[in-house]
Amino acid sequence: MLRELVKRWAIYKVLGRWLSHFFSYLDRYFIAQGNLPRLNEVGLTCFRDLITKEREGEQVDRALLRNVLDIFVAIGMGQMDQYENDFEAAFLKDTVAYYSQKASIWILEDSCPDYMLKAEKCLRREKDGVSLYLHSSTEAKLLEKIQHEFLSVYVTQLLEKDNSQCHALVRDDKVEDLSRMSGLLFYLSKNKERFRLLFKIPRGIEPVSSLFKQYVTAEVTALVKQAEDAASNKKAEKKDMVGLQEQVFVRKVIELHEKYQAYVNDYHTFHKALKEAFEVFNKGVAGSSSAELLATFCDNILKKGSSWKLSDEDIEETLEKVVKLLDYISDKDLFAEFYRKKLAQRLLFDKSANDDHERSILTKIKRKCGGQFTSKMERMVTDLTLTRENQTSFEEYLSNNSHANPGIDLTVTVLTTGFWPSYKSFDLNLPPELVKCVKVFREFYQTKTKHRKLTWIYSLGTCNISGKFEPKTMELIVTTYQASALLLFNSSDRLSYSDIMTELNLTDNDIVRLLHSLSCAKYKILNKEPNTKTISPTDYFEFNSKFTDKMRRIKILLPPVDEKKKVIEDVDKDRLYAIDASIVRVMKSRKVLGHQQLVMECVEQLGHMFKPNLKAIKKRIDDLITRDYLERDKDNPNLFRYLA
Amino acid sequence: MPRTSKRKAVPPSSASVKSPDSLSVRPGKAGAVKAVTKEVDRIDQLFDSYANKDLGLIDPEGVETLCSDMGVQHTDVRILMLAWKMKAKKQGYFSKDEWRTGLKALKVDNLEKFKKALPTLETEVMTPPNFEDFYAYAFKYCLTEEMQKCVDVETICELLNLVLGSQFCAQVDSITEYLKFQSDYRVLTMDQWVNFYRFCHEISFPDLHNYDSDQAWPLILDSFVEWLREKRK
Repeated sequence: MLRELVKRWAIYKVLGRWLSHFFSYLDRYFIAQGNLPRLNEVGLTCFRDLITKEREGEQVDRALLRNVLDIFVAIGMGQMDQYENDFEAAFLKDTVAYYSQKASIWILEDSCPDYMLKAEKCLRREKDGVSLYLHSSTEAKLLEKIQHEFLSVYVTQLLEKDNSQCHALVRDDKVEDLSRMSGLLFYLSKNKERFRLLFKIPRGIEPVSSLFKQYVTAEVTALVKQAEDAASNKKAEKKDMVGLQEQVFVRKVIELHEKYQAYVNDYHTFHKALKEAFEVFNKGVAGSSSAELLATFCDNILKKGSSWKLSDEDIEETLEKVVKLLDYISDKDLFAEFYRKKLAQRLLFDKSANDDHERSILTKIKRKCGGQFTSKMERMVTDLTLTRENQTSFEEYLSNNSHANPGIDLTVTVLTTGFWPSYKSFDLNLPPELVKCVKVFREFYQTKTKHRKLTWIYSLGTCNISGKFEPKTMELIVTTYQASALLLFNSSDRLSYSDIMTELNLTDNDIVRLLHSLSCAKYKILNKEPNTKTISPTDYFEFNSKFTDKMRRIKILLPPVDEKKKVIEDVDKDRLYAIDASIVRVMKSRKVLGHQQLVMECVEQLGHMFKPNLKAIKKRIDDLITRDYLERDKDNPNLFRYLA
Repeated sequence: MPRTSKRKAVPPSSASVKSPDSLSVRPGKAGAVKAVTKEVDRIDQLFDSYANKDLGLIDPEGVETLCSDMGVQHTDVRILMLAWKMKAKKQGYFSKDEWRTGLKALKVDNLEKFKKALPTLETEVMTPPNFEDFYAYAFKYCLTEEMQKCVDVETICELLNLVLGSQFCAQVDSITEYLKFQSDYRVLTMDQWVNFYRFCHEISFPDLHNYDSDQAWPLILDSFVEWLREKRK
């Protein structure tokens, strides 16, 4: 052992001689034989200067360096302690100081890409150096330190340098340069295994992805503002409706998303940033929630006479993209409800352009949000198919029972309650012709099934009426309500508002709307006295025999009541039940749970449908306590117990 | 006695309520131990002197008489305390059993002793955990109907004043102001009631600095705190 030491000491003496012109104080240590710590110091200082020389580009004897280090390792007698504590620690500290100085100069002098190039070079060089003379365990720590000095310390500056070169890189689709930056970071992350690290890669990538997020968020916010500005210019009566502007907005959001999705696909760590950026979209525009916007957008694509003239393929693609945006909407249940309402309209008024597309988007939504979302809607589509079969049977029945024939072509759509949105059915007083129709169908239906009850929803019906005007006879396509009003004029020339109301047995709201559509809108089928633009309860109405239009057949629109409020109300109500059920479910399985955890678990459970309001959860908890489902723990009021 | 809104609002009139800290339970009266049966007889006699003969119970009129004999207002909190001691079920009425239970527990068999026992009773009630029990009892006592689980807000306000008014005057004033102002809740539950006390007991007032709405406080208290903070701005 002592022989070994002497041998090594001899080597040191040689080293000392060679380096003596730098280390004159080496002589001092020459005397202290066998003084191990001192030896280490010598070696270290030698080493340090050699390394510095090499870094500055000078040639250095690497073999020499290697040998020196071996001594350190050997001194440790198999353990790395000596090496690590004495040499490595100091070495790394030195390295840090060295590079920190370099970095601080370069960050000021160089542009972002140049700086990155230099950093890359340094890292590569150090890596090479490591394999040559440093102990392999140092490699990881070394590179980490350097990376820290170059990147983590200056990263924010780097990215915001020169008015954000990074911004520019992304905006101008210069993926290459952006890739250099993240490429550098990626190099380090890819070599994770080799360095068995605790690489602070997330922290490395984080600033880049945070910048990415900032940029994308800014873009989305800009779009939202644009749409809001346009919305504020809308006319008062159209304030609540989702108009063209909002549709354009949705389309732009989709495009933006596609663009940035590309980056995300290349750099998975950006995925989260993208998601967070698009959450701005969730807030909606000008009073219309994003859920409603998306649903309306889908409606526009899927209905006949759509303003977007898209090919089948394009439609599929667009639908695919729209469904992707669902990820960013927290009120998915609201979307489902709006979608369902609009689907109902499309199906019932034969506005659906293409059955296949309808089914296709439902499948996509199902894949994303689960079956419970789409089960009702799928049944709605099925109902229509059944209705067609039913109609065929009905027509057969009529031909077999000619006495029952009401003399009017009647088509009935039978909806299964529960799948379709709920519609209020008013007791409209039907004109006698229609009464007969209803009766006949009822009889027919009895022959098919005995156990079902039919409730008629006249507000959804349409009629084709033949109007015998003086200039020419025309065909009018109207709703059942409007038809009922018009048929009254077959037996009276002049009717007052109240007459009509009494005859039809509808509410003021409905009467006003329907009379307005017949006397104050585009087609004046009825003459109103006085001839003002609005309906008042003192008005009188007469059949306008002089009415005509260049077309033979016209459709008189009855604008639908805005159902937005009702949809939101319905969804809110459903949510209360959902929250209740969730709380009970959680408590049933956990038996005892603290308040915060309970809330957390509920939020998680319900997350795929909507983001529950914390106050609503609390209120339901209060309620469940009163209903004896839960109780508070006697000693800890923040703890709840499930009561079986 | 806290009643439904038929009566006027009750001012906090519980006299000489000692805080739980300075309590000192007075030992029961030592002295001559009368024969049990004689005691029971006297208790029963006392009962009969106030009871409604037809009902076999002491009815509200009887209670009023008792109160004036005792020298307390019938709206005094001590009557409520008495009801608690008796474990009385029906508001405004004392049954014979309840009477016996109460008076025996107080070791009382005549009016004189009864009067003197009141302060002791008070002290006893104010001692935790008795107070929590008494507090909860006060709510239950207001549930007059079968299956009734809630008490209307007006009664709650009166009750709060009666039961907590002396101890937590500021909080009670604030809470009752809020209860009258808000319209979300027209009736309150036992859980909410219990938490009012917990609030007064635990939360620093009026700064409210240790109130955390993320904890399991009933929603009504969250709203109360919000309202209070808004008011202060």
